[in-house]
Amino acid sequence: MQGFIQQVLNALQVGSVYALIALGYTMVYGIIRLINFAHGDIFMVSTYVAFFVGTALASYLLGLSGLLLFVLTLIASMFATSLLAVLIERFAYKPLRYAPRVSAVITALGVGLFLENFTLATIGPDPRFLPRFFTVQTYTVGGVAFSNIQMIIIVVSALVMLVLDTVVRRTMVGMAMRAVSWDKFTAPLMGVPVDRIISITFAIGASIAAVGGCLYGMVYTIDPYMGIRIGWWAFISAVVGGIGNIRGAMLGGYILGFVEIFTPVILPASSYRDFVAFSILLMLLIFRPYGILGRPVAQKV
Amino acid sequence: MKRLLPLIALLVGMSLIVSACRPRGPETIKIGLNVELTGSIPVVGASCKNAAELAVEEVNNAGGLEVGGRKYKIELLIEDNEDKKESAAAAAQKLNAAGVLVMIGPNASRNAIPAAEVAEANKMPMISPWSTNPKTTLDAATGQPKKYVMRACFIDDFQGVVAAKFAITELKVQKPAVLYAVDSEYNKGIAEIFKKTMEESGVPVVAFESYTTGDKDFSAQLTKIIQAGADSLFLPNYYTEVPLQVQQAHKLGFKGVIFGSDSWGAVELIDLCGADCEGYFFTTHYAPDIATPKAQAFIKAYEAKYGKIPDDVAALTYDAFGLAFQAIQAAGKIDREAVNQALHNIARYEGVTGVMQFKGTGDPVKSAVVLQIKGGKFVYYTTAQP
Repeated sequence: MQGFIQQVLNALQVGSVYALIALGYTMVYGIIRLINFAHGDIFMVSTYVAFFVGTALASYLLGLSGLLLFVLTLIASMFATSLLAVLIERFAYKPLRYAPRVSAVITALGVGLFLENFTLATIGPDPRFLPRFFTVQTYTVGGVAFSNIQMIIIVVSALVMLVLDTVVRRTMVGMAMRAVSWDKFTAPLMGVPVDRIISITFAIGASIAAVGGCLYGMVYTIDPYMGIRIGWWAFISAVVGGIGNIRGAMLGGYILGFVEIFTPVILPASSYRDFVAFSILLMLLIFRPYGILGRPVAQKV
Repeated sequence: MKRLLPLIALLVGMSLIVSACRPRGPETIKIGLNVELTGSIPVVGASCKNAAELAVEEVNNAGGLEVGGRKYKIELLIEDNEDKKESAAAAAQKLNAAGVLVMIGPNASRNAIPAAEVAEANKMPMISPWSTNPKTTLDAATGQPKKYVMRACFIDDFQGVVAAKFAITELKVQKPAVLYAVDSEYNKGIAEIFKKTMEESGVPVVAFESYTTGDKDFSAQLTKIIQAGADSLFLPNYYTEVPLQVQQAHKLGFKGVIFGSDSWGAVELIDLCGADCEGYFFTTHYAPDIATPKAQAFIKAYEAKYGKIPDDVAALTYDAFGLAFQAIQAAGKIDREAVNQALHNIARYEGVTGVMQFKGTGDPVKSAVVLQIKGGKFVYYTTAQP
């Protein structure tokens, strides 16, 4: 039983990061029907921004409290990453907005490769940790061990998702996003600035990925290729939850977190992980192609 | 295709004539380096390249290598194998096509094994500095030693046995657990031999867990290990992953001793791991603090050129080049077949990493050392003889 609760905590930690990244996939898909395969690499770039900003702040502003340092790093990383995503959208995807959909997807893959190799060439392949913002404290309650960092990851992720959900459902920007998603030809006739809304969507998706990146970098090492596997898993999360659906992406992220943790517990080895994850994806695509929370869409002719 | 044949024959014929006209063979000796410059273990690649450049520079500064009464400069061709199986084989093909006399590397067994197949097929002598998996020098089909592949380090069987014996006698472990990368020949080989030795000594391994290279979260496996009541953890994994595993084990409340293998021996392990790795042990090839005069000279030269103490990969690469140079001189001509023969005739070689003896195979017989991480440094602890 202790073992089970311990594993659930582990799964929540991993699932939080998947959910945050899956949100970026799902929002972009929702608004321009593009699977932004560069999103995993945008997440990778966000961790490098956090690494450089965090290290610089820690060395120039000595004596800053860990919390303040973390918040400043987080804001810088969110800002820089959003800017990057908006630029990518402006220069790589916008010219292709009315091109066949596959052209944009291939471009997205190309942008991802560019980000990976650019990082590799300029920064190098060595794995790094973000600076330690918080001293690690471990607690054991009833035989279940957890750390303050783990709690921060789980709670901050949940808060970010809550805020996003409110923004999309309750604000004007959220309403405009839903309108563009619903019908991008009619929305401008109603006075919705489509280009700006698309940019905002990319910016929000990227800044959520940056939150995920800062949290991820506190416990795992970062390297130029880290975005590939996480990107794929987050993509599966988004599809499992119902791509285009925000709550679906959150749910999908946690489901994939549980797959990651419970595969080696139930099956003999952790190497079955990808097998399990992709099997779930296949089953869903066969029996419920619009995902768990998605709604079926009739193909418009 | 039929019409092309005469044309091909003509081209081949012409190239034969052209090459026959060239006077007295090449001016330089080409040595290839198949190395992990990018990928998951870049520090290994960097150390290997540094040591290779140092070894070549020393020979060239002394006027070159004297072979059959003539001095030849050494030309080093470096190919990045990106720490990938396919690229390691492709890099070996490329070096073979470039006409290298000997290929040094790759270092990680997962790359050295496919590259060794290429070397064997093309009759190109290969020396891996750091690959400890038995399969590197063993022909999988026949079970016989490969004819063109050698190494400068001991093999996993020996290291696995040393680690197990050390754990029993010095660390007094009762319930060891193992976590290893299942898709990497090196990690898997050493983990299995460790388990076998432990069980033969009557100490059962309570948890034998695996992961895939590139994984960063090990909490599921570590939780299982802790639930199994393990008192110690053996991590025969690369320095990029060990810090994550150690830190995550600590966060999950693991209190026992942790130890590993030669893949720990990069200073970056300490940078990434911080205080979490303090006091832990690993088996490896050499210890800078008990070095012989020959090793001292190398350590000094390396430090002067690169500003840091050479790690085990650097030392083994330097020895691999030493072996190659000695064999080329003994062969007396620039010919792969003769050099390969000379390599296999080396009965005893005193290198930076100790004395090596070859007994008819490509695997040297040499001793291992156990190092401890103490105050952010690797400190010599004990030596294990074969």
